[in-house]
Amino acid sequence: MIIPLDLALLFFLVVIGIAALTVKDLLAAIVLLGAYSFVMATVWVQMHSPDVGFTEAAVGAGASTALMIAALSRLERWSSD
Amino acid sequence: MSKRTVSKKGEREAGKKEGREGADGEERDVIVDTVARVMIPLSQMFALYVMIGTEGAGGGFQGGVIFAASLILLATVFGVKKGRDVLPEGENAILSSLGLYIYAGVGLLCMVLLWGAAEYLNYGAFPLPVEYALRRGYLVTYAVEVGIGITVATVFASLFFDLAWREDVLGRDEGRRDL
Repeated sequence: MIIPLDLALLFFLVVIGIAALTVKDLLAAIVLLGAYSFVMATVWVQMHSPDVGFTEAAVGAGASTALMIAALSRLERWSSD
Repeated sequence: MSKRTVSKKGEREAGKKEGREGADGEERDVIVDTVARVMIPLSQMFALYVMIGTEGAGGGFQGGVIFAASLILLATVFGVKKGRDVLPEGENAILSSLGLYIYAGVGLLCMVLLWGAAEYLNYGAFPLPVEYALRRGYLVTYAVEVGIGITVATVFASLFFDLAWREDVLGRDEGRRDL
């Protein structure tokens, strides 16, 4: 476990999470959530559980991003609030 | 340089001639087309490797998700209608229940073939002509995980197709084009 790398990854997680909550463009929010999943997969691998990281990369960054974009194709792209 | 000066219409005609015609008649980008044609078989092979390439349990769900991701890539590049042609709704339902039947059926076979001497899902007791640990490994790797993978892949692909599919105003099914 490398402490500076861990701190950097967790800092990235917080920044990406806040950005995904505040951004008005929903497509950008979905892409940010994909980036969040990818950084989270790196954190899992960093914590010596590569199978969980593998699942996170496959499901979080791959499949669920595609599902959310497919759902967005039926909605409005810009958040109203 | 001379290729760049060809008009947009000429490019579209060339794209149609090479079979790069999208669902709506427009030509697809050659980079997207080539990358999809290379990546779809590769990711399907990788999904099979994750499912059955390693000894021991684990990987059925992840392999199924990677296989579904290749189908989703196919549907986004070649159109949802083409994706539905590759995996029709009836076959999708059959496959997604077949995986569950494989999982439950292998567990039940362990019980049935030994006349109730072994428990449900006791793979080690399955009468195969190899030693105990190998029997369990073979059954889990080649039967149970493939069943899990089939179900997960078809259900994920079905979720995506149902979200991306669009009916027109008359209620007729029409694949969504501008995804």
